[in-house]
Amino acid sequence: MKRRQFLQKSTAATALVGLSGLGLQSFETYTTKKITILHTNDVHSHIDPFGPDHKKNPNKGGVARRATLVDRIRKENPNTLLLDAGDIFQGTPYFNYYGGELEFKLMSMLKYDLVTIGNHDFDNGIDGLYAQLPHAKFDFVSANYDFSNTVLDTHVKPYKTFVKNGIKIGVFGLGIQLEGLVDKKMYKETIYHNPVEIAQDMSRILKEDEKCDLVICLSHIGYYYKNSPNRVCDLNLAKATKDIDLIIGGHTHTFLPKPTIEKNSVGKNVLVNQVGAYGLYLGKIDFYFEKGKAPKAEGTTILV
Amino acid sequence: MANKHYVLLLLSFLVLCCRQSNNESTLTKIEGERIEINNDLKPKPEIEEFIAPYRENVNKNLDSVISYAPETYAKGDGAFNTAIGNFMADAVLEEGNIIFNKRTGHNIDLVLLNFGGIRSIISQGDITTRTAYEVMPFENSVVVVGMKGDKVMEMMNYLSKAKKAHPVSKQLQLTLGKDFEITSVSIHGKPIDLNKTYYVATNDYLYNGGDRMGFFQPNEGLEILDYKIRNVLIDHFKKHDTIHPKRDNRFIKLND
Repeated sequence: MKRRQFLQKSTAATALVGLSGLGLQSFETYTTKKITILHTNDVHSHIDPFGPDHKKNPNKGGVARRATLVDRIRKENPNTLLLDAGDIFQGTPYFNYYGGELEFKLMSMLKYDLVTIGNHDFDNGIDGLYAQLPHAKFDFVSANYDFSNTVLDTHVKPYKTFVKNGIKIGVFGLGIQLEGLVDKKMYKETIYHNPVEIAQDMSRILKEDEKCDLVICLSHIGYYYKNSPNRVCDLNLAKATKDIDLIIGGHTHTFLPKPTIEKNSVGKNVLVNQVGAYGLYLGKIDFYFEKGKAPKAEGTTILV
Repeated sequence: MANKHYVLLLLSFLVLCCRQSNNESTLTKIEGERIEINNDLKPKPEIEEFIAPYRENVNKNLDSVISYAPETYAKGDGAFNTAIGNFMADAVLEEGNIIFNKRTGHNIDLVLLNFGGIRSIISQGDITTRTAYEVMPFENSVVVVGMKGDKVMEMMNYLSKAKKAHPVSKQLQLTLGKDFEITSVSIHGKPIDLNKTYYVATNDYLYNGGDRMGFFQPNEGLEILDYKIRNVLIDHFKKHDTIHPKRDNRFIKLND
């Protein structure tokens, strides 16, 4: 009893609680921590796999198979986050018939941790999205959409932080310019702000104020626009910001065989990834942290 | 007991020291990979069971037969007009005009859709609700735009340069010369009157500048029909036991 009280009172001992049962000899393994980030984007209501006769993606995709894979990875490493970069809605009759209910229910069963909002998520209007929120057991983030004068006010946060095995992870969301892409009557009074400026603010807040060890941007602004190279996109965002470790993208349905490594505004590496569309792939990024190690001169080892 | 406390205290002290001297964890390594979702992965039974009743209901509805196609129709069947494109534009004209006329007393003079908006073929055989979803998976809906003749001419210039079989309705006759110049154009068999207002039906995507169709704005007024293109197709299929799409001369190019 006495010991229990002691543990509860001491902040240092809180760290030890995590070690209970490991013993001193495990101290070595404790110094390396692995955080796994799993991600999808632009699934577009593709709940069933493509059939065997499909010309482009035969036998690929399917939520029930993705569930098996996610379970397996979570079993290997419980310190896993599952994220989606938007455009959950629209693309199969499941959406037309159920308005996104089934998509949200299944994503809740797969234990998605966090998602951002894509332009097609407004396809039944902002009210249509709002109506489906009770079916989502995960949170929504968007830092550059101001929903103050809409039904989504207070339902979408700019960012969310997670602590996994003592590692603090901050994830903020970014959405694409809606004007010209989505009918105003669908997004109503949603205000769009420049993603680059918002990302600069967000990464500072998450790094300096929230003291996150890992900063992730969940983006639906698109990977890169070949015909308008200066248009705001994930690659340009990576170059124009600092303190972001990973940008998970969507919108352009870009099938990247492996994450792109880009240099940020202070010359540090940023990973940019996107896994195409329709749930054909699951992106997996593992971050290894070591405690008590000075940052290496050559920086972090990236194996992609 | 006392000893145990001592060890704990010492450990706590060490941990605190550690935390302070090396305050944060250092990111030392990142590994990234992409994992394909394919049939090597067994579907999770719990998820499959959950989807099943939804799937059954959707399929039952989608597979109901609503019309019949005597042939297969594809958007690649012609350079400037195709049977499937003509069919879609004329369906929007016929079904859309019922609502437009009731609301405004006017009639639709012309329909313009886009080639890219035909998302699938119509296969020979039974037409089901699913066919309409395949041809038009998007939620786009019909709008009718009041356009002065000069803006309609802008549209004709666009069509002459686009070199695509963008679907147009049967009231239009547009002929291009061998260098894609407009050699003749008429609506209802009459030349386009530059000062007259024409009522042009299209979808909200194109109205908002999709496919670089900049000519819809500014305009002489807009009527939003709240009628999805897909529902136009479903309603049109249901009215006809058999459809008879035809390629014709509404939009052609002369080769010499």
